[in-house]
Amino acid sequence: MSATAPDETPRVAERPNYLNTGYGVKSWLLTIDHKRIAILYLIGVTFFFAIGGLYAAAIRLELLTPAGDVFQSETYNKLFTTHGVMMVFFFMIPGIPGVLGNFLIPLMIGAKDVAFPRLNLLSWYLYIIGGLLALWATVHGGVDTGWTFYTPYSTVYSNGWVVVTGVGVFISGFSSILTGLNFLVTLHTMRAPGMGWTRMPLFCWSMYATAIIQILGTPVIAITLLLLVAERVFHLGVFDPAQGGDPVLFQHLFWFYSHPAVYIMILPAMGVISELVTAFARKPIFGYKFIAASSVAIATLSFLVWGHHMFVSGQSVYAGLVFSILSFMVGVPSAIKVFNWTATLYKGSVSYQTPLLYAIGFIGLFTFGGLTGLMLAALGLDIHVHDTYFIVAHFHYIMVGGTIMAYLGGLHYWWPKISGRLYPEYWSRVSAWVIFIGFNLTFFPQFIVGYLGMPRRYHAYPEEFQVLNVMSTAGASILGIGYVIPLVYFAWSMRYGKRAADNPWGATGLEWETPSPPPTENFAVTPTVTGRPYDYLTGREEAAAG
Amino acid sequence: MPFVPPQASSFAPHVDALYGFMIAVTAFFSILIGTLVVVFAIKYHRKSPDEVATEIHESAVLEIAWTIIPVGIVLVMFYWGAQVYFRITRPPADAIEIYVTGKQWMWKIQHADGHREMNELHVPVDRPIRLTMASEDVIHSFFVPAFRFKRDVVPGRFSTAWFEATEPGKYHLFCAEFCGTRHSGMIGWVYVMTPPEYQAWLSGGVAGESLAAAGAKRFVEHACNTCHGDQPGARGPSLNGIFGKPVRLQGGGTVLVDEAYIRDSIVNPHGKLVEGYPPIMPTFQGLISEEGLLQLTAYIKSLSPAAAPGAVTPMPAAAAAERKPAKP
Amino acid sequence: MGAHAAAHAGGHDSPPELRHHFVDLPAQREASTLGMWAFLVTEVLFFGGMFTAYVIYRATYRTAFEGASNLLDIKLGAFNTAVLIMSSLTMALAVWASSLGRKNLIILFLILTILLGGIFLGVKVIEYKQKFEHHEVPGPHFVVPLNEKTHQPLPPQSEMFFSLYFCMTGLHALHMIIGIGLLTWLIVKARRGAFTTRYNTPVDMVGLYWHFVDVVWIFLFPLLYLLGRHTL
Repeated sequence: MSATAPDETPRVAERPNYLNTGYGVKSWLLTIDHKRIAILYLIGVTFFFAIGGLYAAAIRLELLTPAGDVFQSETYNKLFTTHGVMMVFFFMIPGIPGVLGNFLIPLMIGAKDVAFPRLNLLSWYLYIIGGLLALWATVHGGVDTGWTFYTPYSTVYSNGWVVVTGVGVFISGFSSILTGLNFLVTLHTMRAPGMGWTRMPLFCWSMYATAIIQILGTPVIAITLLLLVAERVFHLGVFDPAQGGDPVLFQHLFWFYSHPAVYIMILPAMGVISELVTAFARKPIFGYKFIAASSVAIATLSFLVWGHHMFVSGQSVYAGLVFSILSFMVGVPSAIKVFNWTATLYKGSVSYQTPLLYAIGFIGLFTFGGLTGLMLAALGLDIHVHDTYFIVAHFHYIMVGGTIMAYLGGLHYWWPKISGRLYPEYWSRVSAWVIFIGFNLTFFPQFIVGYLGMPRRYHAYPEEFQVLNVMSTAGASILGIGYVIPLVYFAWSMRYGKRAADNPWGATGLEWETPSPPPTENFAVTPTVTGRPYDYLTGREEAAAG
Repeated sequence: MPFVPPQASSFAPHVDALYGFMIAVTAFFSILIGTLVVVFAIKYHRKSPDEVATEIHESAVLEIAWTIIPVGIVLVMFYWGAQVYFRITRPPADAIEIYVTGKQWMWKIQHADGHREMNELHVPVDRPIRLTMASEDVIHSFFVPAFRFKRDVVPGRFSTAWFEATEPGKYHLFCAEFCGTRHSGMIGWVYVMTPPEYQAWLSGGVAGESLAAAGAKRFVEHACNTCHGDQPGARGPSLNGIFGKPVRLQGGGTVLVDEAYIRDSIVNPHGKLVEGYPPIMPTFQGLISEEGLLQLTAYIKSLSPAAAPGAVTPMPAAAAAERKPAKP
Repeated sequence: MGAHAAAHAGGHDSPPELRHHFVDLPAQREASTLGMWAFLVTEVLFFGGMFTAYVIYRATYRTAFEGASNLLDIKLGAFNTAVLIMSSLTMALAVWASSLGRKNLIILFLILTILLGGIFLGVKVIEYKQKFEHHEVPGPHFVVPLNEKTHQPLPPQSEMFFSLYFCMTGLHALHMIIGIGLLTWLIVKARRGAFTTRYNTPVDMVGLYWHFVDVVWIFLFPLLYLLGRHTL
C-alpha cells in the first residue's frame, strides 16, 4: 500500500502482461480477457464520441447565426439526431461500464475474469454491429427524428433511415443487457474470500446499481424500438392516431427506459468519483455505507420518474404531481453523495493530480447541474422550460460536466494500470482546465437562452438570441480542443510514456496490488481480504503515534 | 441583456418567482459545495509525500441531517411548483374559446365567431383565453414564452390550456415539439390588444362562418341528426344542453361531457357509452378531419348555454319503453 | 511464475467443464443459475412492454378487441396450451435425466420436447394461414372482420388487435424457435456424453428458459383468446 516511485526501469516492465501475450488481430478480436475487451470498448467509444463530437461542431457552427444558412433544414435535423443517437447509445451508455467497468471489476474484487467472458466479447460485437448500422444509416442519408423517435413523425412522416437506426440501437441494447448481466453475476458470486458486500469498492457498488438498471430497463426500449420498426415497415398503427394508436403511449414506453438510462450514464461516473476522492485525499471515504445505499436508492427511484419528460404532453394533473414529487426525491441520494465526497476532502491529505482536478470539477458541475434538474421537477417551472435550451443545458451539465469529466478522471487515474505508462502531467492539467472552461462557456449561456424561450432542435432562431449562441459556439470550440489533447497524449504515452510502477498513486484497492499492466489471469494467487475498504490510516496512525 | 422574457401573462410572475427561488437555492448550494471543495483542497493540500491524513469518524447524525434537510427543501419546491401548476391548469369558466389546429408547418387559428388567422393570434388583454388544440399530423407544441405558456398538440386528441394576457404587445409564438423539416419555421406572433384595438380588429377583416355554424352543417352531412334528434325514441342521446354536465355510463360510472369526451364519442363511440342506449353508433375514425372534429365540438357546445353543474341527464322512462330493438 | 505453474498443474485435475475463472464447479453453477434467472427477468420486461400496450388498448377499445378476440380459434389455442405444458413436462424430465447422467433418456426427452415444440409451431402456422385467408392480417389487405353474431363490421380498431396479436405471438414463436435450436445443441452435447451426475448445468439452464417461454404462453392464451369470450 505504500507508494512506490512512479516510474520503473524498462527491464521490469517486460514481464508478461495482458497486452503482450499474443499480438495480432485475431488475439484481440477473439479475446475473452476482460481487460482486452475493455480496450476494444475504449477504441469503440472513442470512435463514436468523435463522430458525435463532429456533429456537435456542425450544430454549433450553424447556430452562430440566427438564419439557417449553413445547412438545409432537413440536414440540420439529421445533425442533432445523429449527435444524440451517437452520444447517448454509442458513447454514454457503453462508456464507463464498457471501458472502466470491464477492466476494473474483476481486479477490484480479486477475480480472474468476469462471470461470462464469452458473453462479454459478444456484448462488444453487438455494440459494434449496432453502432456500425447506425453509422451506415448516417452515411447513407441519416435520420431526422431526434434521438427520441417520437411518433407519429418517426413512423409515418419521416423520410430518414429510421428502421436501420432503430435496429442498430436495438442490437446495441442487447450489448448493454449482457454487460449488466455479467456485472451483476460477477459481483454476486466472484468476490474474493473476505470481501463481503461492505468491503467492496464503491465503484463496484455503483456498477452493481447500474447493472440493475441495465437489466430491468433496456428490454423495454428494445420492445419499443421493435414495435416502432414493425409499425414503420408493416403500418401496424400501434402508435398512429389515424388508426387508433396513441403517440403518448410511445412516449411512456420510451421514457420508461430512457429515464433510468440517464442513471446508467451517471452512476458509474459517481462510482469513479468515489474512488478518486478517497485516493487523492488519501483517507477513507466518508460515509461508505451511505454512498453505497444511495446508489441502490437511485437505481430504484429512477424507474418511478419517467413521466417528468411528459408534463406538457397531456398527462393528468395527478400523474404530474406523482412524477414531480418522485423526481424531487431521486435528487436526494445524489445530494448525499456530494456531501460525503466533500466531507472526505476535509482533513485529508490532498494531492493535486489530474484525476483530482476532474473530480473537483465533477463535484461542482454535477451539483449545479443536478440542482437545475430540481427546477425541472417543479411542475410550474417545467411547463415553461420544457423543450427549450434550458433542458439541453441541464442534461449536458450532468452528462458532459458530470459523466465525461468522471470518465476522463478515471481514465487518467487508472491509465498507469491499464497501459503500464504514465501520461504527461503538465498536458493533462492543461487539458483539464481547457475542458472545464470550454464546457462552462458552451453550456451556461444555454440556460439563459432557454429560459428566454429559445426552443431546442431549432435550425434558425430569432435575432435576439444570437449573442448567447455565439458564446456557446465559442465555448464549444475550446471544449473540442480540450478533448483532442488527451487523445494525443494518451496515444503518445503508450509508446513514449514513462513506465508506471504497480501503485503509482499509493492507493488502496486490489487492482493496485497487481503489476502495471496486470497479467492475463490478474492474480497468481487469489487474494484474501481482511481490512476495511480505503484503509489508508490503519497502521499509519500507529506509525505516526509510535 | 434580459434574463427572462417579458412577463405578459397572469401566471408569468408566478413562474418567475418560483424560478427566482430555485436560482437562489441552486446558487447557494453550488457556491457552498464549490467553495468547500476548493477550500478543503487548498487547506489540506498534501505538504509532504509521507503526510498522513486525519481520521474523521463517520457520523450517522450528520448523514441523517443532510438527508432530512434536502428532503425538506425539495418538498417546499414541490409544493410551490404544484401551486403554480394548479394555476396554469385550471382555466376560469368564462374564458374566451379559441381553436387552434397545428399542422406541418403552420398554426391555423379560429376564433369562435369565425375569424381565422394563420400563424398569428390576436387576443384582448386581461381576458382569460382558452385554447382547444388539435393536430392534423404529428405532435406539435404551442409555446408563447412571454406567457410562460406551453402545451403539446398531440394528434388523435384535443389538448386544452389557457392563459390571460396582461400586457399589450407583440410576443413570439414557437412550435416547441420537433415536427419535421420546418419545425423552426413554425413560428408566429401573438398580439395582445387593448379593448378598443381588439374591437377594431374584430370588425375589420372577413369573419368567416363561425365554427359552430360549420359544425352544424357537418352534423347534418354526416347524418348525426338521424340518431341524435330530440324526439322520444331517438336512437341516440339528445345533445341539447349536455355540454359541461356529467352523464351516466353503461356499466356504471359517470363522465363529464367536455371536448375530449365529444371527440372520443365520435371516433371511438363504444369506449364510453351512455347508459340506456344500444351500442349502434358507427365510428368516424379516419372519416372526419381534425378541423371537422373541432367544428362539430364547437357546434355541440353551442347547444348548451351555460348549464347548471351537477345535474345528471336522466334517460326518459317513456323513451326507454318505446325503444325498438337494434336491427340484427 | 511458480504459483502460476502450480495453478496449471492443479488444473489438469480439475474437471474439464470448469472454466478457468471459477473457483470450483458449484461456484460456476451458481453463477450460471443467477445469470439465467436475471436474463429471464429481462425477458419478462421485454414481453411486458407489449403486454402493457395490449392491456391499455384493450381497455380503450373494448368492443373492437373483444369482437376480434372471439374470431380466434379457441380450440387450436387450447390444444397448443396443452402441447406446451406437456413439453414443459418432457423438458423437466430431460433435466432430471441429465442430473443422473442417463444419456439415452436425456436425448429421448429432449427429442420429445422438440417434437412438442414443433407441433405448437405447426399449429401456429395453421392459425396464421387462416388469418391470412380471412384478410385479418394488418396492412393493405386487411378487411374489417364481421362480428360473429351480428354480422356487423367490427370497429376499425380491431386491426390494432390483430397487430398486437401477431407481434405478441410472433415474438413468442421466435423464442420457441430459439429454444428448439438450444435443445438441438443440447442433444449434440448429450450424445458426446457431456452431461453427468457432476455436471448438467446447460440442460438445467435451457430448462429454465423453456419453462419461461411456456409461462409467457400461459399469459398470452387467456389475454388473447379467453377474455371476453362469451360476452357477444
